[in-house]
Amino acid sequence: MSPEDLDALASLHDPVRRSLYELVSAAGEIGRAQAAEAVGISRTLAAFHLDRLVEAGLLESGFKSPARKGPGSGRPAKVYRRAKAERVVSLPPRDYGELAAVLAEVVEALGADERAEEAARRAGERLGRRRRGEPVTDVLRARGYEPYAEGESVRLRNCPFHALAERHPVLVCSMNLALCRGLLEGLGQDPEAAVMDPRPGECCVALSKTNEN
Amino acid sequence: MHLAQLNVARLRAPIDSPTLAEFVANLEPINKLSDAAPGFVWRLKESEEDPTLTVRHDYGDDLLINFSVWESRETLWNFVYKSRHLEFLRRRREWFRHMAEPYTVMWWIPQGVIPTLAEGMERLARLREHGPTPHAFTFRDFYEPAEVAGEATATPRHISSWVPSPQTT
Repeated sequence: MSPEDLDALASLHDPVRRSLYELVSAAGEIGRAQAAEAVGISRTLAAFHLDRLVEAGLLESGFKSPARKGPGSGRPAKVYRRAKAERVVSLPPRDYGELAAVLAEVVEALGADERAEEAARRAGERLGRRRRGEPVTDVLRARGYEPYAEGESVRLRNCPFHALAERHPVLVCSMNLALCRGLLEGLGQDPEAAVMDPRPGECCVALSKTNEN
Repeated sequence: MHLAQLNVARLRAPIDSPTLAEFVANLEPINKLSDAAPGFVWRLKESEEDPTLTVRHDYGDDLLINFSVWESRETLWNFVYKSRHLEFLRRRREWFRHMAEPYTVMWWIPQGVIPTLAEGMERLARLREHGPTPHAFTFRDFYEPAEVAGEATATPRHISSWVPSPQTT
């Protein structure tokens, strides 16, 4: 944990800023006017808070060219998206990520992927059983997956294991799928509703809608 | 610069056996996915007509070879791990033996040039012997093209009749 991490998180203390951060995270990418309207504040105030979140390193800003080109189409609109950098604050200091990376390396060296998947499935089942009766999207949201509906399925915007998945994609994504299937089973739902359906920038798992009942 | 990648896998059973049937049946859709993926440049094919044929070579009958060229690390990554291809990687144990040594190698090549399979196998051997270097590396220990400056590419073969495949996007 660095002082920057702490400062970044401290900037979320302001409730307006926090709703803006959550809004941008959920939208993927959003402009000032849209953000101001969604949160119910003036455009100037929204711009102020959004830029403070960029300074704190929690958001990134960029410019989107207007759809219409040529004179009168206006300036490119400033848009905001969540910063890629991860912020971790743990008191007392803890570092589970490093150890997880070492263990992942061992699993790969041993070719023990299947055992790891079985363990992940059991872990998911335990987590699910504790929250039986709750909608699966609530449980996934609480675990940081950031679910959203898309057509007949539920997609997951965030990978809670992102950094580890970048180093050991096949192992981590397979374990994640097993964990999600276990979770569904623990909740008393069809585990096969969780499927591998990766997309750049999102979690590798998606849920088919039948699972929502 | 373009990114060349070679990966090898040890078959659990002969390619025409029932064990491999589902894998072979999926060669065509997965190869189609690869060839249409953003950033795909070239792939070694055994046959233009029969998509179920795997690359023939002199490195052992149980060795399956996949050899391709991509525009960037990101485009190769997105095909390998961020497409339907991942599901087949997840199931690899059904078809392939576990390999304790590295089974995939990457290196940078000048655009418009395709490397030979022999060169790829040499680079894989180099990676296995010396670990990742700018001349033979992996996703996990990746090198940018600038880090390879000054390296002479081993007798590249120029592609005269090379036609880029149609892109989906």
